[in-house]
Amino acid sequence: MSLAAIIDPPLGRLSLQSLPFWQMLQHPTEANVINGVIATGAACVMVLGAIVSFALITKYRKWGVLWTEWLTSTDHKKIGIMYVALAFVMAARALIEACLMRAQQAFGLGGGFVSPEHFAELFSTHGTIMIFFVVMPFLTGVINYAMPLQIGAREVTFPRLNSISLGLTAAGALLVMVSLLIGKFSTGGWFGYPPYTEANFNPGVGPDYWIWALSLSGLASTFTGINFVTTIWKERAPGMRLLRMPLFTWTALCTSILMMFAMPPLTIAMAQLALDRYLGFHYFTNAHGGNMMHFVNLFWMFGHPEVYILILPSFGIYSEVVATFSGKTLYGYRSMVMATMAIAILSFTVWLHHFFTMGQSADINAVFGIASMLIGIPTGVKIYDWMWTMFRGRIRFTVPMVYSVGFIFLFVLGGMSGILLADPGVDYQVHNSVFLVAHFHNVAVPGALFGLLAGYHFWFPKAFGFRLSERWGMVSAVCWIAGFMLAFFPLYALGLMGLPRRTVSYTEPSYVPLEMVAFLGAILVIAALGALLVQLWVSIKHRNENRVFVGDPWDGRSLEWSVSAPPPDYDFAVIPVVTDRDAFTAAKESGNAYQRPGACADIELPKNSALGPALGAIGLAIAFGLVWHIWWMVILSALAAVATTISSGFARDTTRIVPAQQVQREQQRWIAAAAAATAISRADECKSSNAGLAEQEYAGVSA
Amino acid sequence: MAQVHEADGQTEPSEEERRDFRSYVRGIGLALLLTLVPFALVRWAWIPRFPLLIAIGVFALVQMIVHFRFFLHIGFRQKREDLQLILFSTLLLIILVGGTIWIMGSLALRMAMPPQP
Amino acid sequence: MSQDTIKHPGLNLGCAHGGDHDAAERVMFGFWLFLMSDAVLFGMVFSTYVASLSATAGGPGPRDLYNIRSVFIETLLLLASSFTFGMASLALKYKHGETRLIGWLTVTLALGVAFLGFESHDFVTMFAKGGAPTRSGFLSAFFDLVPLHGLHVTGGCIWLVCLVGQIARYGLDTRVKLGIMRLALFWHFLDIVWIAIFSVVYLAGLA
Repeated sequence: MSLAAIIDPPLGRLSLQSLPFWQMLQHPTEANVINGVIATGAACVMVLGAIVSFALITKYRKWGVLWTEWLTSTDHKKIGIMYVALAFVMAARALIEACLMRAQQAFGLGGGFVSPEHFAELFSTHGTIMIFFVVMPFLTGVINYAMPLQIGAREVTFPRLNSISLGLTAAGALLVMVSLLIGKFSTGGWFGYPPYTEANFNPGVGPDYWIWALSLSGLASTFTGINFVTTIWKERAPGMRLLRMPLFTWTALCTSILMMFAMPPLTIAMAQLALDRYLGFHYFTNAHGGNMMHFVNLFWMFGHPEVYILILPSFGIYSEVVATFSGKTLYGYRSMVMATMAIAILSFTVWLHHFFTMGQSADINAVFGIASMLIGIPTGVKIYDWMWTMFRGRIRFTVPMVYSVGFIFLFVLGGMSGILLADPGVDYQVHNSVFLVAHFHNVAVPGALFGLLAGYHFWFPKAFGFRLSERWGMVSAVCWIAGFMLAFFPLYALGLMGLPRRTVSYTEPSYVPLEMVAFLGAILVIAALGALLVQLWVSIKHRNENRVFVGDPWDGRSLEWSVSAPPPDYDFAVIPVVTDRDAFTAAKESGNAYQRPGACADIELPKNSALGPALGAIGLAIAFGLVWHIWWMVILSALAAVATTISSGFARDTTRIVPAQQVQREQQRWIAAAAAATAISRADECKSSNAGLAEQEYAGVSA
Repeated sequence: MAQVHEADGQTEPSEEERRDFRSYVRGIGLALLLTLVPFALVRWAWIPRFPLLIAIGVFALVQMIVHFRFFLHIGFRQKREDLQLILFSTLLLIILVGGTIWIMGSLALRMAMPPQP
Repeated sequence: MSQDTIKHPGLNLGCAHGGDHDAAERVMFGFWLFLMSDAVLFGMVFSTYVASLSATAGGPGPRDLYNIRSVFIETLLLLASSFTFGMASLALKYKHGETRLIGWLTVTLALGVAFLGFESHDFVTMFAKGGAPTRSGFLSAFFDLVPLHGLHVTGGCIWLVCLVGQIARYGLDTRVKLGIMRLALFWHFLDIVWIAIFSVVYLAGLA
């Protein structure tokens, strides 16, 4: 490539055409104006949000704090919180898009107001964001926060890599956000099948945005997976044998193993599609020996394990929540562990059920159909284990528990429809209909999202030192559950009535009533999101009445509850020695909790590092340059990436010491607070008298 | 332990060092042999195609094990997790690669794509 | 050597290196996980290649393009470099001094670069014979698989140069030692991938 080709045109394919309102101004037809206004409105909200955040941070002079305390932090707790914050921002956009789609379909008899092109963008961004930039960062954040605390570790094994993963994920999310303002996102759905996404059918920037956003996120997840597996395998506290790990840590382990092994097929699929589009290769094209079916195969080798990546951490959260709020040890711990492992391994053997209708022989369909049904067994085991855990427990219906019970009911239904779909014969009938849409939302929303929300409510007091408002949490939970049911149960019926998925408009009047119900459900879900925001606002406002500094607001069972809330930077002043499965419950019952530590030692922690945000920014620049064919930008950023990586290898002074005196001081303050606090019974758990010290019915019996 | 295995300075190579060195020499010797034979088989085409393919596959597998054993020092004496990981990854590779070839082969057959040369 | 002195794959530093040996355990385990993930990455391109064998679309096939002599030379180069890296690992473990260590690393680098030279020469020859990746699905798959390995070797060479730079700057401190040990794993791993490449792609293609 000559120099001229690199810098001319200087902005690649970027032009005024790329702005969302340009077409509306050039050709002001009614359809163009409506879609232009929606797109411009969305872009404006994003830009305004960015400007307001920027202004507020500047006004309160928080840039320094943001940089030193958060963005460059290598603390697993802060990285976890940032992941969850990212997930909430992205969820807001994806849920509004979902509501818009339901509105379009509700009024879609013979037309509707959204253009087909725009509708295709909506479902593509909704799916992409929900999977890669809501649930993935959410679960990564929760694991990041809770897992090291649960295994009695002070850090993940590779803290800088952790920060880089966050940077790359955020870069991918930003890329999707930028597509709102400049150019258009893919119209190929979240799995972007070629040849539709190939250059000759889709010469625009849409599929490129999608490819590079997924590539950034996939790379980040691979690193995260490796990091978490190493941490769980090598950083456990003494005595924390594998079969003493809390179940959430087990699911985190399995999810991380899946991340490690399932991301490579995605990376390859994205790379090959990019080579097709950019350099004229023939992997998935129609001509010259390309085979589009190969993409389908590759994508779902990633895609199916991905489903379990999304869902396993939530299974872990439900296990913690159900055990804690039933006041019992988890029923069938070993069977839970085995079921989790079985699901993780089986998830690699079922990918073909996403394309039963592709044209391979019936024998293959049968094998993969049976394998898919087999997954129902370990999942069923889990459901029974949760029910037996609740059986004869003293159940408290707090917000996380409401989500858990809602999940058990709804997930069984979703799982049943999954068993139906695992039958290739049935699948031939209903594939590509909204029946399928109903099915995977029915497993993904209660299965993944409810669990993560339960985890958010469960661990929020640990992370910030005060409880969330129970009332608004309940409003939100009920809206979520009811909204979900109203939005997706009609889709089962609509699917059986023959409505194909991704339909922008239809001519069958009998669809309308059910579509209206689904739209109502979508509005309720938006209300649920609003209630979550109100809850956060109210809770921050009343934070002083709801402090739980002592750190154990729910009478928790695992080690994360054995430290103050929020925990100190170093998590544990003294690394605990574990003797039991429910480590903290055992300590409380034997009267060993809240003991003044003997002599504290200096603690070594990783220093802050600008590597994560730097590589994130560089990654965003490379991706943006690639999308718009701005070659000088790609080359310069790639060089910067190499230079940054190499120079980071030369860094030496990467740790800091927390002096023993400081540790001692902080510990004494916390122990004093614990001694001063009144232990409360479970009945007062949600009152402001809850300072985070749980009353022990059996305390001192054995001590 | 530490005292027993302390390398004794720069003078004479210890028993352990000689053993480590021999591991690499054995490794390269075996690897060379396992490389030369299939190359020679293909170069001079001494046997028919199908057994030749099988032979290539067997030699490759054995050579991989040799590399794991003598260059990467994977064995049964150490912590099992490394070996277990290799076996788990191998299992996944068999499932994913084998599955892909099975599926795409069946598809090619049924879609009447051109047969393999 | 008792069981617990072997803590990770690759050549273990052993107790003579004190804390460095302990620090190696988790870092090497993490890197080993990365290699396993990378193995699946290669597995995917292998399956693409095998599934695309017949997709020559009338263009040149393996017999028209592959050159067994040059592949044989490449194989020997890579094998020799694996051995020389082994010698570098021994020099590190038994403290033969920085000069010998850098010497072996430089030989390894030279062999790696020579391998890359022969490989790119192969690619140029293939292009000249009409075997460009844009010609057919088969050639696209070939140019996904073999250059991906070449790219890994290139990365390994750059890493090696950086490590030599770190030795010059800091001497053999913990991070340098861990770096060399990880690169050793990476290098031997790439040699294993090459076994699969010369067997599946070249030998089976020419058989």
